[in-house]
Amino acid sequence: MTKVTSILIVGVGGQGTILASRILSGVAQKVGLDVKVSEIHGMAQRGGSVVTQVRYGEKVASPIIPLGQADIILAFEKLEALRWLPYLKKDGSIIVNDQRIDPMPVVIGAASYPENAINYIKAKFPKAIVVNALDMALQAGNGKAVNVVLLGLLAKHLDLAKDIWLEVLKETVPAKHLETNIKAFEAGYNSIDKK
Amino acid sequence: MKLLTGNEAIARGAWEAGVVVCTAYPGTPSTEITENAAKYPEIYAEWSPNEKVALEVGIGASIAGGRALVAMKHVGVNVAADPLFTVAYTGVNAGLVLVSADDPGMHSSQNEQDNRHFGRAAKIPVIEPSDSQECKDFIKMAFEISEQFDTPVLFRITTRVAHSQSLVKLDERQNVELKDYVKNPAKYVMMPANARRRHFAVEERLEKLKDFAETTSLNRIEWKDTKIGVIVNGITYQYVKEVLPEASILKLGMTFPLPRKLITEFASKVDKLYVIEELDPFIEDTIRSWGIEVHGKDLLPQIGELLPEIIAEKFQTSPLSAAGKTIEEENLLADAPETPVRPPVLCPGCPHRGLFYVLSKLKVTVAGDIGCYTLGSLPPLNAMDTTICMGASIGNAIGMEKVRGKEFARKLVAVIGDSTFIHSGITGLIDTVYNKATTTTIILDNRTTGMTGHQDNPATGMTLKGESIKEVDLALLAKAVGVERVVEVDPFDIKRLEKVIKEELAAEEPSVIIVKRKCALIDTESDKTPCYVREETCIGCKICLRIGCPCLIKVEQKVKINPTQCIGCNLCAAVCPTGAIMKEGVAND
Repeated sequence: MTKVTSILIVGVGGQGTILASRILSGVAQKVGLDVKVSEIHGMAQRGGSVVTQVRYGEKVASPIIPLGQADIILAFEKLEALRWLPYLKKDGSIIVNDQRIDPMPVVIGAASYPENAINYIKAKFPKAIVVNALDMALQAGNGKAVNVVLLGLLAKHLDLAKDIWLEVLKETVPAKHLETNIKAFEAGYNSIDKK
Repeated sequence: MKLLTGNEAIARGAWEAGVVVCTAYPGTPSTEITENAAKYPEIYAEWSPNEKVALEVGIGASIAGGRALVAMKHVGVNVAADPLFTVAYTGVNAGLVLVSADDPGMHSSQNEQDNRHFGRAAKIPVIEPSDSQECKDFIKMAFEISEQFDTPVLFRITTRVAHSQSLVKLDERQNVELKDYVKNPAKYVMMPANARRRHFAVEERLEKLKDFAETTSLNRIEWKDTKIGVIVNGITYQYVKEVLPEASILKLGMTFPLPRKLITEFASKVDKLYVIEELDPFIEDTIRSWGIEVHGKDLLPQIGELLPEIIAEKFQTSPLSAAGKTIEEENLLADAPETPVRPPVLCPGCPHRGLFYVLSKLKVTVAGDIGCYTLGSLPPLNAMDTTICMGASIGNAIGMEKVRGKEFARKLVAVIGDSTFIHSGITGLIDTVYNKATTTTIILDNRTTGMTGHQDNPATGMTLKGESIKEVDLALLAKAVGVERVVEVDPFDIKRLEKVIKEELAAEEPSVIIVKRKCALIDTESDKTPCYVREETCIGCKICLRIGCPCLIKVEQKVKINPTQCIGCNLCAAVCPTGAIMKEGVAND
């Protein structure tokens, strides 16, 4: 079987994970690879835990990443990073946005938010990349561009040419938000060294 | 090549197949089929009031000579079952394909029924694609089969096929002329004498379809190692390709009727035969009934999705097993902190929230229904007692009252959305009046079909094709069926809402309260300035947390509001006993 790259994008409904997966899959397609994407719509969108799976390579069969087989997890929220950790390969990479969004059981006091999520992830995956994408997005001019900041980080991490990322970004986001989004992408891209 | 979801590919395939009519009632995971079909100018597309009407429109189109696609979620087929079982008798003129989008794992459904049973029960072919390219190619073949065998075709997809994207090669639209319309009552008027004759045609057709199944390219064998032979359908084909790359595979694109000779031949050439299918042992049971030894549900669950790791776990030969243990299998995450669940919630500014807060406060019994508002059943609102199916709330409430009496009905409401009310709530309301129930029906009119992603309906004044129409007047409709007490309330005015609910509950006659306010996600007119908590005035009573708003965050003993999420609906301000919550920009007094 030829090498398939499997990326799990996780977050909370409304954080823009779907746009992120659309851009990532667009880049893989432009490079000439086979791509499959799986995402769940419907009830889960309403502020629930959301996950999108993107897989690319010479030939991809299953759109679903088996447990323990993700090469990369891109997490938009730290509790969600923790929740999906069993999907990561032992030598996989994880990029976590250090943002906390309380789920309803925490809001009403029926459960508690894991205080040490980031430390735990770092202990298990010492090369985990942890960033404050919200601050970076705000600096770029729009708090809603968290998803594009994180894509910038992912782009730096993957072996897919940067100019193709920018090309797909231009094709995907509306023209009036393009400048902010490019800034956000660059902020993410330039915030880490190559793996 | 274009990256398309299964649903987009089905719409594209229908267009390429020369389809002229596409009808549906929205339902996850089927909704985007019709939304995408509507974008083609050559296709007349509509949101029907419910799935039964959608199929009836499709049947009419087919009889009149135009190819028709009808789409719905699995439970929608229950609603459309009446016309389905009889159009199976009449057959078609132009091709007629019914898409059933099943939801193994119940990502967004109230059950996970396996709709292949409908195909067998109605004696019509069932076709199952396994990726977007097949969605497009197979839907075109489905129209050919429909016309060749004079039958409606059940096109069954599952959530993973509907919502996964893969690359699709696009083609041009075929030029398909309308077929002549010829009056033919012996074929299309299903009164007993005609229907008896048609039943013979149905059984003959089934025999011909069995022969067809042996040779169609929908079914194919991929020979590899013959130690293991696996029969697959739909998405499990993709999982097995990855999990068991060395196994020989019989891929069934047509799962009813089954190709007995092909399966028998495949079985005879492999050492061990498995069927890997999600949900019921639909293929497996038939094969076993032929006296062939076969394994499937003795190993694999018939509940939920058959994800790749579930299949891999049962087969030691899998490269996934060979790749070594995963972090979880090695128990490396055993010490992980507990992760609280993150259930979906009513959105910030959702107009349903105020109603459920009041119902929760009044401690009434709530017969619920299907829609975003089903989320009112979750903590902290906990304001729903039943949810069965589309339109069930009103009938459920009547039954409760008939058993427990009029006193019970003074603390009992039925809650139903605008689109759901039109779908199948109106008949329940007629029953309320006709059979002298006294319950209060609350229609949550948020001016859209919310949960499925904002589709128009007969009460919104817009069609799927974007035309303005005269909207159904829900108040007038309720009056027309005989409800004399009909009140309209803005759910953001919770004081009045509470007063009205108390009055209508007290009245010993049927009443309807229309709680009207546009869904927050499509409301472009209201002031969206976020609220904030004046720390010095907040006494930390946490009454505001009872409304279940995701924007409210408990900080130490007090509460704060997340300004990036809040859209300033003011509901928290309305319940705050000390007036500590204000709109941003409003000066402290």
